[in-house]
Amino acid sequence: MELDKNQLLQAYRKMVEIRVFEERLHTENLTGDIAGFIHLYAGQEAIAVGVCEHLTQHDFIGSTHRGHGHCIAKGCDINQMMCEIFGKENGSCAGKGGSMHIADISKGMLGANAIVGGAPPLAIGAALTCKHRAEKNVAISFTGDGGSNQGTTFEALNMAVVLNLPVVFIFENNGFGEATAHDYAVGSRDIAGRAGGFGLPAVKVDGTDFFAVYEAAEKAIARARNGDGPSVIEATARRWFGHFEGDAAAYFADGEIDALRENNDPLKIFRSKVKNSVSQQELDAIDSEVSNLVDSAVELARSSAFPSIDTLLTDVYVSY
Amino acid sequence: MTVKTIREAISEALFQEMDRDKDVVLMGEDIRGGAGSSVEDVEAWGGVLGVTKGLWDKYGSDRVIDTPITESAILGMAAGAAMTGMRPVAELMFADFFGVCFDAIYNQASKFRYMFGGKATSPMVIRTMIGAGLRSAAQHSQSPYHIFTSVPGLKCVVPSCAYDAKGLLIQAIRDDDPVIFCEHKALYEDAMDVPDESYAIPFGEANIVREGSDVSIVALGLMVKVAREAADLLAQQGIEAEILDPRTTSPFDVDSLVETVENTGRLIIVDESAARCGVAQDIAAIASQEAFAALKAPIQIITPPHTPVPFSSVLEDAWIPSAARIVEAAHKVMNRDA
Repeated sequence: MELDKNQLLQAYRKMVEIRVFEERLHTENLTGDIAGFIHLYAGQEAIAVGVCEHLTQHDFIGSTHRGHGHCIAKGCDINQMMCEIFGKENGSCAGKGGSMHIADISKGMLGANAIVGGAPPLAIGAALTCKHRAEKNVAISFTGDGGSNQGTTFEALNMAVVLNLPVVFIFENNGFGEATAHDYAVGSRDIAGRAGGFGLPAVKVDGTDFFAVYEAAEKAIARARNGDGPSVIEATARRWFGHFEGDAAAYFADGEIDALRENNDPLKIFRSKVKNSVSQQELDAIDSEVSNLVDSAVELARSSAFPSIDTLLTDVYVSY
Repeated sequence: MTVKTIREAISEALFQEMDRDKDVVLMGEDIRGGAGSSVEDVEAWGGVLGVTKGLWDKYGSDRVIDTPITESAILGMAAGAAMTGMRPVAELMFADFFGVCFDAIYNQASKFRYMFGGKATSPMVIRTMIGAGLRSAAQHSQSPYHIFTSVPGLKCVVPSCAYDAKGLLIQAIRDDDPVIFCEHKALYEDAMDVPDESYAIPFGEANIVREGSDVSIVALGLMVKVAREAADLLAQQGIEAEILDPRTTSPFDVDSLVETVENTGRLIIVDESAARCGVAQDIAAIASQEAFAALKAPIQIITPPHTPVPFSSVLEDAWIPSAARIVEAAHKVMNRDA
């Protein structure tokens, strides 16, 4: 399907939102005002957006510890996300979740998930709900190359095939699971090929190319919506930062990230591919709008209150 | 009112709740049995001990879902379905198997509500078999509900009789929090009068199984039966035991525990879960903190030894807490010679 100009601008905006959000967190984190672990998604923007542009709020996604990009792509509010990351009361999770647990169930975002391999079983559950409701909604499981090795993932792949569930498993191969290279940790080297062994279509795409991801996702999601079953997409895109902020990333070779920023930047690639249909000025305008948006999110987060201590004991149960 | 076994009471609860709410779906290994075989439309098992028999026949494969042997995917799928609006009842065939799939309960379903700032609900039930006595050895006989009890966000039910099993399972299915429902496999044949209509028993309300004024015995599941046996023996000796069945370990009815301790001044806790960090030790700690002044004697804890469950009948029978041990403990707290 050809994207019209509005769709192109929308996709670009989402990718820029992710990029600016993550780059800004990298600098904000250096101030010492963000507690705990944050894992940045910069470099992988085209994957989350290329998939989520096909979804509505009635579709579901399960995510990873590196979840900010998935949240933004699925429509989570950037102000609430930033407040959550700063641990404030007006955060997405009222300050109880933090970076690794941002969720907005009302938008179909079932939570960033700090257990590697946590999302695939949840995604097949969401897919079961979709199948039961028969409204042609789908569920997406985002997992990394690290998560592709987890038993939970294998079990979810098999169950999805056995029950013919409307789910798409996205494996984001960003080169490293924590500090260990994909080439060392994935025995077959080929995530899509291995996943395909479970009996479902599996393709491999360039995860820095929005259009490659978008087209693959279009087919897989249509297949799921039509009741034809699950699929796998392996999308390759290196991450630009360490595993978590504070990781010196000694496993990146000298100049490696600079080269990625120069030659494999999903935003630059997108800009060059749309140059005949969208003016650079329009894209520049989005850049500056998003920059302001993220500035004000940081201001809001910094000026917002921490949660009341009274909330320590609330919302463990619905009733107890 | 009809006499029903625990197996029948649980089955009736499932039928009634599936009739009431089409979002109630069952999933598990061989809860139908025979899926994919060359025998057409066969319900080969209806659960390994026949508890779910007839449900597939009535509700079909979309609501009674036979799964592969894949516990992480079963419980994870239930968690994902629950947070998106279904009311799944997943069967973990033997509670021992939580070892291969606990993430879905421990890190996922039980934490969603808190971790997401109160914006998620996960109304799922995990039905699972616990308990020793069927010569099933170390990996099919455990009662790890002390571990489930320790997880915030999870509720834990351990029924001891058919009336409670039906009412508590109906409550579990209607409950908006994740619940693990522990069925003792040595109790399925126990029968009593059970109402035919649907009813729910609230969680966190203990049941006084037997009234007495000399010594309190707290017990769950099969241990209630053992405690009754001990109470009958004690009654012949002029000692009247009060038996308190908490029915749910989380939430736990502290008030009823304090009341019985204040009534008798003596407390024996008999529990099958664990010799260390188990439910008995937890209840003893609560009683010590909340009712110490009422105690006339040290609290007695009776559990299996700190060993895996053995196979050989002689060894397994010695492993399971016995009525004789309860009687001995009662003599001790009553300052009586045997």
